[in-house]
Amino acid sequence: MTTVLEAKHINKYFKKPVMFHVLKDINFQVKKGEFASIMGKSGCGKSTLLYILSTMDTDYEGELYLDNKLISGSDSEHLSYMRNKHIGFVFQFHYLLSEFTILENVMLPAKKLGEKSYQEIEHDAMDKLKMLNIEHLAKKQASRVSGGEKQRVAIARALINNPSIIMGDEPTGNLDSHNAENVFNIFKRLSEEEDLSLLIVTHDEDFANKTDRIIQMEDGKILL
Amino acid sequence: MVNWNIILSIAKTHLLTKIKQTAIAALGVTFGIGSYITLVCFMTGLNTMLDNLVLNQTPHIHIYNEIEPSEKQPISLYDNLKESFNVVHSIKPKLSQKKIHNGLPIIKFLEKDDAVRGALPQVKTQIFYMAGSIELAGNLTGINPLSEVELFNLGDYIVEGSAEALHNTDNSILLGIGIAKKMALKVGDRVQVSPIKGGIFPLKIVGFYQSGIADLDAVQSFSNIKTVQRILGEANNYITDINVKLYDIENALPLAQKIEQQFDLKAIDIKTANAQFETGTDIRNLITYAVSITLLIVAGFGIYNILNMLIYEKMNDIAILKAIGFSGKDVQLIFMSQAMIIGFVGGVLGLLIGYGLSSLIATVPFETEAIPTVKTYPINIQPSFFIIGFSFAMLSTFLAGYLPSKKAKKIDPVKIIRGL
Ligand SMILES: Nc1ncnc2c1ncn2[C@@H]1O[C@H](COP(=O)(O)OP(=O)(O)O)[C@@H](O)[C@H]1O
Ligand SMILES: [Mg+2]
Repeated sequence: MTTVLEAKHINKYFKKPVMFHVLKDINFQVKKGEFASIMGKSGCGKSTLLYILSTMDTDYEGELYLDNKLISGSDSEHLSYMRNKHIGFVFQFHYLLSEFTILENVMLPAKKLGEKSYQEIEHDAMDKLKMLNIEHLAKKQASRVSGGEKQRVAIARALINNPSIIMGDEPTGNLDSHNAENVFNIFKRLSEEEDLSLLIVTHDEDFANKTDRIIQMEDGKILL
Repeated sequence: MVNWNIILSIAKTHLLTKIKQTAIAALGVTFGIGSYITLVCFMTGLNTMLDNLVLNQTPHIHIYNEIEPSEKQPISLYDNLKESFNVVHSIKPKLSQKKIHNGLPIIKFLEKDDAVRGALPQVKTQIFYMAGSIELAGNLTGINPLSEVELFNLGDYIVEGSAEALHNTDNSILLGIGIAKKMALKVGDRVQVSPIKGGIFPLKIVGFYQSGIADLDAVQSFSNIKTVQRILGEANNYITDINVKLYDIENALPLAQKIEQQFDLKAIDIKTANAQFETGTDIRNLITYAVSITLLIVAGFGIYNILNMLIYEKMNDIAILKAIGFSGKDVQLIFMSQAMIIGFVGGVLGLLIGYGLSSLIATVPFETEAIPTVKTYPINIQPSFFIIGFSFAMLSTFLAGYLPSKKAKKIDPVKIIRGL
């Protein structure tokens, strides 16, 4: 089984307001098609870790491999490209560009990547929306749909470039149990049917128990 | 690699959702550029008019024979007193004639010069105008009317009659309008002139001359050069002045110096004679640019403001864009394009409004005794002003957009995402 994401000896410090060792020697891998969840008390460093893994935060020590290639220390232009092509990110709050339609939001990362024609991208985006049962929302303004729907749109957007891995920071944290269930099922299906890797931070015990693997964190360390 | 399609489409969406603020920022630019175009067209029009007022009728080089005391007194030529110290009191100029010796050969010589467009002879003299019992002192200048029209725009200053009539009629006169008024004379009437030496010559009035300078119009008249020579009882090689017109006014000073040396005559170039006019032009240009740049700076602050506000409001959008793979440079370009779009739209509108206003001003009547040829406000519309104005607009919006967009580039998405 191939490794999609690997963290080696990741350490991070916050220097302000006081020196604080927030991540302590983090080592782990995510395999292809694996659905892993990260659990841990609030403030233990889960989000901080996820921002590093998603390449948005570059202020850390250690090495990060994506598809077995070292990406730590690359310039920001290259990191943006990697993030665009290989990583899909789903936030707790449903970050959509409110002035654009649902379809435009989903198409955005693919347009940025620029590997396909507009028609192909539009077709792909409609496919993703269909897969998530929200194709009827395509032409709606992003600010006009419900929370559960927005989260599914965010997932569709994360999927548009067929990334190697989807990361989520409490993506169901803000949803009712019905919608949370719905999002979990989508993730599960993606990992089983599309062989997609997922790394999801969650507080929800039930959610975590249904994933392939739980990574427990405490005080900036991974418990084995 | 920059994907302009997506950058411009995001920029456009941002601008359209903030259409009011966008419009106000663009109007600031429109106002700045519109004022610049109007001002510069009007001011340079005014400059050209005022310059022409002087330059058109003024020769580039005026050659004449100055009456002045001889530098060498006869005593210094006397060998016996060579070693001694001579003092001569009360030197007076020799009563030399005003005639330019060899005037006609000098004109021929000058016209051969490549820099010279033309050299015209004149005979100036003082006379009395007489009609009935009235006698007025004045000046009569003998000219070649057709050449004067061609080189010195005499035609612009003839308010009745024509230069052709002067040329074609024997013993005719182009009378200063002030003299005509004082003596109640009409075109076709006769006026008698008398030179200082005596004699009376009747001349037929074929037209009136109005320079716009009342003092001049009250004394100055023109006649054919031959007529004046006859009145003075001089031969047809008698010339008192030579007026030279050049192709390039910059050659005036060196050529004037050369003529003075070569012919022992007085030669005054136009720049020395009218030094104050350049100053006026410079100051009007300075005002134009100072006002326009001030307006554009104000417009620039408007753009700076709206972009700052927009970036503040779009903080989340910026974080999302960065999270899904847009680089800092992409984000900077999105906001730079917004500034440039505002500058472009505002600038083009400004050019149109400036053009419209200038064209409108050009139709407003503006009549003045001083400049008989001018009927409406002088406007000088030139493509270069529009190019400068447009570059102005783009430059000021670029500067105004640069700092805020730089800020957007540096926004750390993690900070924003954590903040929510
Ligand atoms: N910018 C920051 N500066 C200083 N300390 C921070 C900053 N961001 C987070 N922290 C601290 O780092 C720790 C880990 O935060 P975080 O990764 O958000 O925890 P989690 O997501 O597990 O709840 C917390 O104690 C938090 O207070
Ligand atoms: Mg967190």
